[in-house]
Amino acid sequence: MIQSAPIEKTLCYHCGDECLTGEYIAEDKQFCCQGCKSVYEILSTNKLCSYYRYNEHPGATQVRADKRFDYLSEPSIISELIDYTDEKITIVTFYIPHIHCSSCLWLLEQLNKINPAIHNCRVDFLKKQLNIRFDHHKISLQQLVELLSDIGYEPLISLHDIIKKQNSATKDNLVSKIAVAGFCFGNVMLLSFPEYLGITAFEQSFKFFFGMLNILFCLPVVFYSGRGYFISAWQNLRNKVLNIDFPLALGIAVLFIRTVTEVLSRSGAGFADTLCGLVFFLLVGKFVQKKTYHHISFERDYRSFFPVAVHILENEVEKPIPLSQLLIHHRMVIRHNEIIPADAILLKGDALVDFSFVTGESVPVNKTLGEIIYAGGRQMGEAIELEVVKPVSQSYLTQLWNNEAFTRKQDNRMQTFNEKVSKYFTIVLLLIAFSSLFFWLSADYRRGLAAFTAVLIVACPCALALSTPFTMSAALSIFDRNLFYLKNTAVVEQLARINTIVMDKTGTITTGDSANVKVEVLLTEDQKQLVYSACINSTHPLCRMIYHYLGSKKRIPVSSYTEIPGKGILAIINNNRLRIGSASLVLGHAEQDAHATKVHIAINEIYLGYFAFTHHYREGMEKISALEPSLNLHLLSGDQDHERVELVKFFKDTTRMHFNQSPQDKLNFIQTLQDDGDKVMMIGDGLNDSGALKQSDLGIAVTDNVNNFSPGSDAILDGKSFDKLPAFLRFSKDTVRIIHFSFLISLTYNLVGLSYAVTGNLSPLTAAILMPLSTVTIISFTSIATHVAAKKRKLL
Amino acid sequence: MTIIYFLIGCSLLLAVCFLGAFFWAQRSGQNDDLHTPAMRMLLEDDEEEKPLEK
Repeated sequence: MIQSAPIEKTLCYHCGDECLTGEYIAEDKQFCCQGCKSVYEILSTNKLCSYYRYNEHPGATQVRADKRFDYLSEPSIISELIDYTDEKITIVTFYIPHIHCSSCLWLLEQLNKINPAIHNCRVDFLKKQLNIRFDHHKISLQQLVELLSDIGYEPLISLHDIIKKQNSATKDNLVSKIAVAGFCFGNVMLLSFPEYLGITAFEQSFKFFFGMLNILFCLPVVFYSGRGYFISAWQNLRNKVLNIDFPLALGIAVLFIRTVTEVLSRSGAGFADTLCGLVFFLLVGKFVQKKTYHHISFERDYRSFFPVAVHILENEVEKPIPLSQLLIHHRMVIRHNEIIPADAILLKGDALVDFSFVTGESVPVNKTLGEIIYAGGRQMGEAIELEVVKPVSQSYLTQLWNNEAFTRKQDNRMQTFNEKVSKYFTIVLLLIAFSSLFFWLSADYRRGLAAFTAVLIVACPCALALSTPFTMSAALSIFDRNLFYLKNTAVVEQLARINTIVMDKTGTITTGDSANVKVEVLLTEDQKQLVYSACINSTHPLCRMIYHYLGSKKRIPVSSYTEIPGKGILAIINNNRLRIGSASLVLGHAEQDAHATKVHIAINEIYLGYFAFTHHYREGMEKISALEPSLNLHLLSGDQDHERVELVKFFKDTTRMHFNQSPQDKLNFIQTLQDDGDKVMMIGDGLNDSGALKQSDLGIAVTDNVNNFSPGSDAILDGKSFDKLPAFLRFSKDTVRIIHFSFLISLTYNLVGLSYAVTGNLSPLTAAILMPLSTVTIISFTSIATHVAAKKRKLL
Repeated sequence: MTIIYFLIGCSLLLAVCFLGAFFWAQRSGQNDDLHTPAMRMLLEDDEEEKPLEK
C-alpha cells in the first residue's frame, strides 16, 4: 500500500531546485515540476539540449506558470512595444531578467530552430535584452512571448520601463570626443618633440610648419572636444555659480590663444601638447565617472510594478485593455497572482489580497464583498471581479507620486566637495593671475601678459578635476563587488555625510521567507509523516516551511486533497482526515493573536496544536545598531507592532520605532527629520517606501534579487551584503578623505608651477611635463589609496 | 630633408584613416555591446544534429 519514493536530494535537471517528488521524469532526468519538465521536452524535441551542456541547471524554476498574454493582441499595446515593423518583418526588444549564463545566450539565439518564423535573435547579455526579428504573418507577438515563456524566459513587459528609454536617450558623443582629443594629443606630441630636443638653425623652416600643424590639431580639440566646458562654464556663470568648469574653460582658452599667437608671431612653440593632453585627460575623467548599470534601473515608479493591461468585462465579454484606458466604473477581472491596478470595490469572488507591495505587511488579507480594495494589492486566491472607483493615477498608493518630492530635481541634494572647493579655488586663481599681471605691468607689459597667461595655464585644475572622478569610480567598483550598486558617483559623498538612518521593517530588516519556526504541537512519528505528506503537495510558503522543518519523511499517497486558498489544506491520507491551516479552518473561529503567523493542525478532528512563525532579522542588524552613538537609528514600518519587543534591542528606545505608517506618513517623517537638519538615509524595499526613499538625502533599496523590481532610489543593496552596511559607511568616509588628500597633492603641483609662472618664465616644456605628471600622480594615488582603504574595511 | 613634409603627410593620412575607422565602428554600434560577443564565440554552432540530417 505504502509507496516509498526515494527521498534523497535529487536536483531538478532544468532549474537545480530540489525535486520533492519523483513524479516528473523525462528520459531518465528528474524535474521538480511540470513546468521544468515541459521546457525540457520542448528543447529536446527541437534538438536544443546542448542548452544543458554549457552550464548545470541553467533554467528558471517553472513552478508558478499561470500567466496570460492575451493583452498582447491589442494593437495599441503592440505598437508601444515593438521597435520597428513593415509588411514583412517586425523587430522587438524584450527585457528578460532570467538571462544569466552562456546557456541562456545560446538558447535564445537558437529560437529560429523552434519556430522558423523567427528570423534572427540577438542577446545583449549585460543589459539582459533580447532583440528579435520575426515574421509577424507567421507568428504573432503574443505567440512569441508565449514561446519565450514556455522555454522559461518570460520577458518582463512594462510600458514604462526606463531600461528601454536608457537605450535611446543620453547618447552624448563622449567617446567620439575622447577619440578626437586622443588622436590630436598623439599627433601633437609627435610634432612637439623636435622642439624640445632642439631644432638646429638649419632646420628652422620646419618649426613654423610644425607649429601650424599643431594649431590645426588644436582646433577640433578646443571647438569639438572641449566645447562642453565652455558651455558649462558660461551657464554656471549666468547662474552666478563658480564651478570647476570655469577655471578649466579659462585654462583651455588661454592655452589656445597663447599657442596661436606664439606660433603666428614666431615667438615660441606654444602649448599645443599641454592643451590637447589637458582636454584628453579631462574627458577620460568624465568617462570614468559615468558608470552605468544597464540591468538595474534606479528610476522606477509604480507604473513599472503595475501590469501593462487589465481585463475588463464589457457586456459580459472579457477583453484586455491598456491600463491607461482604465476608467471609473469599469468592471475588471483580476486573476490569481495579478495586481489590482486601481482602487476598486469588490463585486464578486473571494478576495485574498497580499499588500506586501503597499504596506510591507506580508500576510495576505481577506476582503469581503463591497469593500474597497486599494491599488497595489496582489490577489492570491481565485479570480475576482471589481469595479474601479478611482483612476489609476489617483489611487491611494499612486497619488504618492504627485507629492512634490517626486517633481523636484533629484541631483545636487548635497553640494559635493568639488563644488565647494572650486569656488574658492577660482577666486584665488584669478587673484594671483591679476596681481602678477599688475606687478609686471609697470616694468614690462609683455612679461606681465606672459605671467598672467602662465598662471592660468599652470593652475588649471586638471588634477583637481580628475581626483574626484577617479576616486569615486574606484570606490564604485568596490561597492559593486560587494553587491551594493550606486546610481552615480555623487552618492558616495552623500553616503559619507549621513547621520541618521531610517529603516523599513518587512523585507528590509526581516528577510522575505526564512522565518523562525516555533513548534507548539506534539506529533508522533506517524503523525509527522501524515503532515509531511499533506504539506508537500502545497506550494504555500508556510507549508513549505513546515515540511522543510519536519525533514525527509516517507511520502504517503494522498487519497483526497483540497487546498483552500488563504485558509489551508484538507486532506485524507490512509483514512486519516487532516486539517492544516488557519484558525478559522481548523478551530472554526478566527483568532486574534497578532504576534505570529500560526498554522494549526488537527487530525481526525482532534486539535493537536500549531506551528508559529516569527520573522527572522537580517544578519548584521547588531552591527548596524552598534553605530548608534554616531548615527541615529529609526524604524518606520507599515506593519502592526507585534514585533516591538524583539526589535527594541536594535533601536534602544521605543520612541525610535514607528508602526502603522502609511507611505505618506513615511515621507512626512523623513521630512521632519530633515527639517531638524539631519542628513537622512532611508533603507526600504517596497513601493510603500518609495516616497520616503525619494524624500531622503540618500535612499537605499534593499532587495534579495537585484533583477527584481525595486522602487526608485539612489542605491540598490543586495540583501546578502546587508551586514556590510557599516563598512560601506566607513569606506565612504575614507573615500572622501582620499579626495581631500589628492586635492592637497594637486595643490602642491599647482604651487610648484605657480612659482615658475608668476615670474613669467614658463617654458612650454615645463608645462608639458607638469600637467601629465600631476595627472598620473593623482590617478595612481587615488586608485591605490582606495584599494588600501577597501582592504582595511574588509571590502576586498 | 624636405621628404619630412611628405612623410608627415603620409603619417597624418594614415592616422586620419584610423580615426575614421573608429568613428565608423562607433556609429554602426560595434562598441555598444562588448560583453556578449566574447561569450558567443565560446559556444559551438550546430553540433550533434547536423550529422543526423545529412
